[in-house]
Amino acid sequence: MRRARAATTTAIAVSLLAATAAGCGGGTTNGGGGSNTAPKELTYWASNQGPDIAADEATLGPELKKFEQQTGIKVKLEVVPWADLLNRILAATASGQGPDVLNIGNTWSASLQATGALLPWDAEKFGAIGGKDRFVASAIGSAGATGQDPAAVPLYSMSYALYYNKKMFREAGIEKPPATWDEMVTTGQRLSRDGCWALGAEGSNLANNIHQVFVLARQHGADFFDAAGKPTFDSPGAVEAVKQYVDLMAKDKIIAPGNAEYAQNQSLQDFAAGKTAMVLWQSAATSFKSHGMKEGDWGVAPVPVPAGGAPGTGTNTNSMVAGINMAVFKNTDNIDGALTFVKFMTGDEEQKILNKAYGSIPPVKAAQSDAAFATEDLTVLRETLSTSAAPLPQVPQESQFETTVGTAVKELFADAAAGRPVTTESVKAKLTKAQQQMAS
Amino acid sequence: MSAHTDTDTHTRTDPHADPHADPHTKAHAAARPLARARRTGRVRRAALPYLLLLPALLLELLIHLAPMAMGIVMSFRQLTQFFIRDWTGAAWTGLANYELAVDVNKPVGEALLGSFLTTCLFTLLSVGLCWLLGTAAAVFTQESFRGRGALRALFLVPYALPVYAAVITWAFMFQRDNGLVNHVLHDQLGLGGADHTFWLLGDNSFWALLTVSVWKGWPFAFLIVTAALQNIPKELYEAAALDGAGSWQRIRRITLPSVGAVNQVLLLVLFLWTFNDFNTPFVLFGKAAPEAADLISLHIYQSSFVTWNFGAGAAMSVLLLLFLLLVTAGYLVLTGRGRRNADA
Repeated sequence: MRRARAATTTAIAVSLLAATAAGCGGGTTNGGGGSNTAPKELTYWASNQGPDIAADEATLGPELKKFEQQTGIKVKLEVVPWADLLNRILAATASGQGPDVLNIGNTWSASLQATGALLPWDAEKFGAIGGKDRFVASAIGSAGATGQDPAAVPLYSMSYALYYNKKMFREAGIEKPPATWDEMVTTGQRLSRDGCWALGAEGSNLANNIHQVFVLARQHGADFFDAAGKPTFDSPGAVEAVKQYVDLMAKDKIIAPGNAEYAQNQSLQDFAAGKTAMVLWQSAATSFKSHGMKEGDWGVAPVPVPAGGAPGTGTNTNSMVAGINMAVFKNTDNIDGALTFVKFMTGDEEQKILNKAYGSIPPVKAAQSDAAFATEDLTVLRETLSTSAAPLPQVPQESQFETTVGTAVKELFADAAAGRPVTTESVKAKLTKAQQQMAS
Repeated sequence: MSAHTDTDTHTRTDPHADPHADPHTKAHAAARPLARARRTGRVRRAALPYLLLLPALLLELLIHLAPMAMGIVMSFRQLTQFFIRDWTGAAWTGLANYELAVDVNKPVGEALLGSFLTTCLFTLLSVGLCWLLGTAAAVFTQESFRGRGALRALFLVPYALPVYAAVITWAFMFQRDNGLVNHVLHDQLGLGGADHTFWLLGDNSFWALLTVSVWKGWPFAFLIVTAALQNIPKELYEAAALDGAGSWQRIRRITLPSVGAVNQVLLLVLFLWTFNDFNTPFVLFGKAAPEAADLISLHIYQSSFVTWNFGAGAAMSVLLLLFLLLVTAGYLVLTGRGRRNADA
């Protein structure tokens, strides 16, 4: 009797324990080696670009129908939320079971390129979609490590801009948006009053933290990776940059403490609700409208630069090259169909339709001339992209960098929000730890 | 990461592993008309439980043990993103991953140790509170009264809800600016000053996580203890009442000893579930939990799927497995002595 019970208990224990070391996987099954065994269908993972997944399905649905009418190929669409996308791609890579075509954040290009799961775009493949020189150079520059065939093709381009609430500026008697960081602080302190705040941030959004501190590091003449691709997270310039960003909350008090836990674009809702006067964001117009703002309620200006400068290159960089790339899984069972689909999505006509819908800039030169991309908003974004944006480090460890340094910034914001001191030492300690966490 | 479902565990708690259970005896009673056949019958009867266990064992092998073996192999390789498509191509590194994991003077080992200690404290508190609440509620609803069924059903709601939906709701409630928790504490009760508390950042995140964990876990304890209480003969209580025992004495002398054996399994299961809990912190905090609430499952997940060092992650998993095996074995030895039988 007793033995039997012990056996049962042991069995339960062992089975529960076994779960500790189990792994994961998922997706649809594909054959190996880029075949054409299923020429009539494609699976496509689209990144969530619009306000929500349903909106994306509504935008993309008709276009995919159009593609089906033209080619007879049925595209199965799945819109993947940002938070899950990288993991889903990773699982698909490890298991060999994933979509045929997928969107990736362009900053992950080199990281995913290193896994060897994505189809390299050599001259022949580019030829199949009309040639490499149809695309803007900076967009191609963020599609993989230099010196290698790109791992993806640019689909939507975006850059950061300073969005400001015109009414709040008028009421505070402020004539023009801040052009330098010093102005940002002085202007910001005039705006932060009566329960309103000057600037919104997404303290718990790791990617957004990275985008902001990357630009500030550039402005301090620093980089997070050296020429050999080794991490240099705690160089003096990088420490200064991170401290400057967190100090907007800690020292200058122009960001609300509550922003430390934002990670789901709550800062855009605050902006639309008139609780914060400014946000630094990429292509936010569509979101503002979905939160009930009207065209003309907000203004757009370039992101501030150090005193005495104008947006440009080097230390006057004021944005990362943001955007979405389109990639093909090497093991697709419809390689021809996948190339045809990428050609369709990056065609002049489709580029205009899609980028208009998402408020982004077409990375295809021929599509940029459309009048729709000449609005005040998009002109600022386009000029930033062509004159003062730099791609994030195109190194295999880029995605780990986003997480480790992004987390460091998140923790520093948590300190600032709780009123704990944020010092050069505490910033450096966090960045050193982040650097040591990187797998060698 | 855990891939098993609750139903798995429930089927395994079935008492059919007991070779002396009634149905078998009945089935074989007819097969013993002659003394000669008695021996073969006995052999067959001895083999039967194992035959019955075979399908489960095979599935167990397939679902759990194979990935486990793979994990152990991975832990000796330098498995990074360059090899995730074909991890057999990754270099063998001997014990390097293990050294990385246990070297507490380097950030990786230091963080792992911190996470481990956090998890120990968290598990202790969570399991203790789950058991206490579950047992209290079970004893309270032992006596029949109006509305008992409804109350019992209500108690089980957290257990029946999908984890993700429940925890994401908690995450909303714990939000600093618009969350219900702060609204009630600060605005309505006026506790802790006018400045809202952060529950999902910094040190308070530990208490937020504990709250959700206990809320999620105690109904299971309640369910199991309730089931065990059904087996206590009413006569015992009546006799005790006649002897002049108060209600507290009855609980201490009859109720608790009678559910002792069930508690053994219950505590073990709660311990393992809580120690390995991944869903709750992941849904509550996302990929990067605050240090105070960095449970070990999530921590290992980060090492594997966030910093893409799968070899190190696998090594940490194996270490965790060894630890839990040791604890479990020790626990079974300790509790296996001199206990009365109970159908767990």
